[in-house]
Amino acid sequence: MMADPVIEVVDLAKSFTIHARDGLTIAVFNGLSLHVRAGECVALHGPSGSGKSTLLRALYANYKPDRGQVLVRHGQNLVDMASASPREVLAVRRLSLGYVSQFLRVIPRVPALDVVAQPAIDLGTDPNAARDKAAALLTRLRIAERLWRLPPATFSGGEQQRVNIARGFSVDYPALLLDEPTASLDAENRATVGDLILEARERGAAIVGIFHDAEIRERVSTSIFDIQSAKRAA
Amino acid sequence: MMPAVAFADGALEDTPLLSVRGLSYHYGRQLGCRDVSFDLYPGEVLGIVGESGSGKTTLLSCLSGRLPPGSGSIHYDMAGHGLTDLAGLSESELRVLMRSDWGIVHQTPRDGLRMGVSAGANIGERLMAIGARHYGEIRAAALDWLARVEIPANRIDHLPQSFSGGMQQRLQIARNLVNKPRLVFMDEPTGGLDVSVQAKLLDLLRGLVSELGLSVVLVTHDLAVARLLAHRLMVMKSGEVVESGLTDQVLDDPHHPYSQLLVSSVLQV
Repeated sequence: MMADPVIEVVDLAKSFTIHARDGLTIAVFNGLSLHVRAGECVALHGPSGSGKSTLLRALYANYKPDRGQVLVRHGQNLVDMASASPREVLAVRRLSLGYVSQFLRVIPRVPALDVVAQPAIDLGTDPNAARDKAAALLTRLRIAERLWRLPPATFSGGEQQRVNIARGFSVDYPALLLDEPTASLDAENRATVGDLILEARERGAAIVGIFHDAEIRERVSTSIFDIQSAKRAA
Repeated sequence: MMPAVAFADGALEDTPLLSVRGLSYHYGRQLGCRDVSFDLYPGEVLGIVGESGSGKTTLLSCLSGRLPPGSGSIHYDMAGHGLTDLAGLSESELRVLMRSDWGIVHQTPRDGLRMGVSAGANIGERLMAIGARHYGEIRAAALDWLARVEIPANRIDHLPQSFSGGMQQRLQIARNLVNKPRLVFMDEPTGGLDVSVQAKLLDLLRGLVSELGLSVVLVTHDLAVARLLAHRLMVMKSGEVVESGLTDQVLDDPHHPYSQLLVSSVLQV
């Protein structure tokens, strides 16, 4: 028997209406359905502009779908991210659903080590234990220790992205969304991120990701979700 | 990069701290705000955004007991009483509630501080208002709070007049939080400050709100401030709420024409 899905997308539709352009409506996708079980990694596939990032953002409730459900396992429950209240969405994000965006949103004055440790501290992890884990992740991702006490605002793009990845992996989320996690990284760091993703799969995480890099995509994904053929089928 | 919401085990509190229904206020025939409804839960930070004249400050004044609502209701979860209609409280009961359970951080520190007494007295006064009498303990609490808002201890006996704008604002925050309020109203807390001073204040507020598990109603026209501090937003235009929801959703995928205009008008740096 197959395990129950950790992420289940049912009949999802998303469009954008731009009021400054006389209500111009751009349909991105319609009738998308997708499910991801523990230990699976689904790679979203399709050309630039096909809606991969939009789908990922809709899964995280950063974008509001027009129709359909995004069910995410949260403890014993399935929460529909498309209709949940803001505080329910935030609770799911804190405990059950991680997200690595393409860019780090830096907060002034907060040092890199704390940026990485914060999600675990927010969940009630002992701050020292959370910082130990953050330090281990930063070490694996080759961020020099002299940078840990500095806010990442002045870091290079690649360094910021590695801090962002470390933050995304600082909590063992049951479900994880990855938006081009290796985009600005060199070969060594790409390999490390691949290791982190495979380790997350081994502990049972359900992952949806966008991987521009074919090598990493083949290494970490268990299936490919072609967003254009899914749109045609709908 | 949100501060934590105050439920650790995945279970959500079911009683709101503040419950507002159909709140309206008119200045004579001029509309202040119309038909505002929302629930604020413990540990939540609600941002109210919109341009000047959109009714944000009027709404905040009604919520914080400084303007009597024209119509509608405000219920507050009073310790030992549960959700209580504020309209049913006597003026003295309301004053006790405001002193013990609430804080108000004004945009202009002068409106929230007593400029004629020392920094230490500005903090200590709040403790004395709820019954503290031991001088040593009051002074120790004042010193503790000066440190938490990063004001050097040797400034404790100085008048706020001798402080910079940023320091005055931090003193106002200390004065408001020393009583451990459950609900804090903030009106443009970073308005009128230099950008570098703003960053320090924002970082401080973010830390305190999450550490103390405060519920906050935050009025701001600065969407970056809203993104950093608020869990969810209400967008106001011409006295009415035109859109509300999760902060990043409202800012990244705004639906109402006015929200779209507001978000697209922000200069990128």
